[in-house]
Amino acid sequence: MNRFLVPLAVFIVMVAFLAVGLGLNPREVPSPLINKPAPAFRLPQLHLPDKTFSQQDMKGKVWLLNVWASWCVSCRQEHPVLMELAKSNAVPIYGLNYKDPRDDALAWLKQFGDPYVLSIADRDGRVGIDYGVYGVPETFVIDKEGAIRYKQIGPVTPEALRDKILPLVKALQS
Amino acid sequence: MRLLALTAMLLFACAAAAGDAVPTITDPVTNKRAVHLAEQLRCLVCQNQSIADSNAELAVDLRRQINEQIAQGRSDGEIVDFMVQRYGEFVLYRPPLNAVTLLLWFGPVLLFAAGLAVLIYNLRRRRAQRDEQPLTADQHKQAERLLAAGSEREHR
Repeated sequence: MNRFLVPLAVFIVMVAFLAVGLGLNPREVPSPLINKPAPAFRLPQLHLPDKTFSQQDMKGKVWLLNVWASWCVSCRQEHPVLMELAKSNAVPIYGLNYKDPRDDALAWLKQFGDPYVLSIADRDGRVGIDYGVYGVPETFVIDKEGAIRYKQIGPVTPEALRDKILPLVKALQS
Repeated sequence: MRLLALTAMLLFACAAAAGDAVPTITDPVTNKRAVHLAEQLRCLVCQNQSIADSNAELAVDLRRQINEQIAQGRSDGEIVDFMVQRYGEFVLYRPPLNAVTLLLWFGPVLLFAAGLAVLIYNLRRRRAQRDEQPLTADQHKQAERLLAAGSEREHR
């Protein structure tokens, strides 16, 4: 009896480990920036290139920084979710237009709608590197003190919004 | 528009034909340093390639960062720290030894030791079973009977 129980137990433990391992998403690398101050930037705005925007302008507010690009396919998937969120006025969304020609970016917003208070243009992707961006879209939740509290890698799904982002935003705002 | 998106997608998914990093530094010593650094760092877009091997746009940008920082006179350690601060220790192909990576570093040794222990235990037990098994009284009688029967047959 014991002869079979031990290998069976080992087998069950292995299956459990493999099941957990298969369920993990290797693309989701935990960001070292969580609970650290949002990296500083000052970039020209997409619509008004003469004006700039900096993360410092948002001190005292809870806000989302959404990294997007017109060439990014998953951005189309999350776009309706962001449009809904913008309509609800729950939290201001700022866009970081990542490595995108200006005309393409503007055309994209015209075609699909603009959920952003404003977008900033990161033409050569330097600010993206500072934020550890490696897969557009990515979304950061930034608190009143200017610290990154959460990072969504990949599209914002209605579930992620409902279960993680909005509860966190509410807690940070109060 | 659609073609552009497709091209960008292909580039981003590193489906573009693999090729060597194009050196942008002419000084061979500095270039060697840049390539050596790029080989140690993982491209997060195509996770099984270093940023020296990858043609993903992010890898190109990060190689540019390395070149610029070398030009600014930063040390290799500072450049690696720059990457770790932004992308986490996952960018290092050779993870540092700390509490989180302890199992990663010593797991294989642990497994080998466990396997060895099981093997030795089983061998010992088998030998013990073979050596020390005194015959019971019944077995003795049976053996004697068999031997007697054998010698009788020989006599005939």
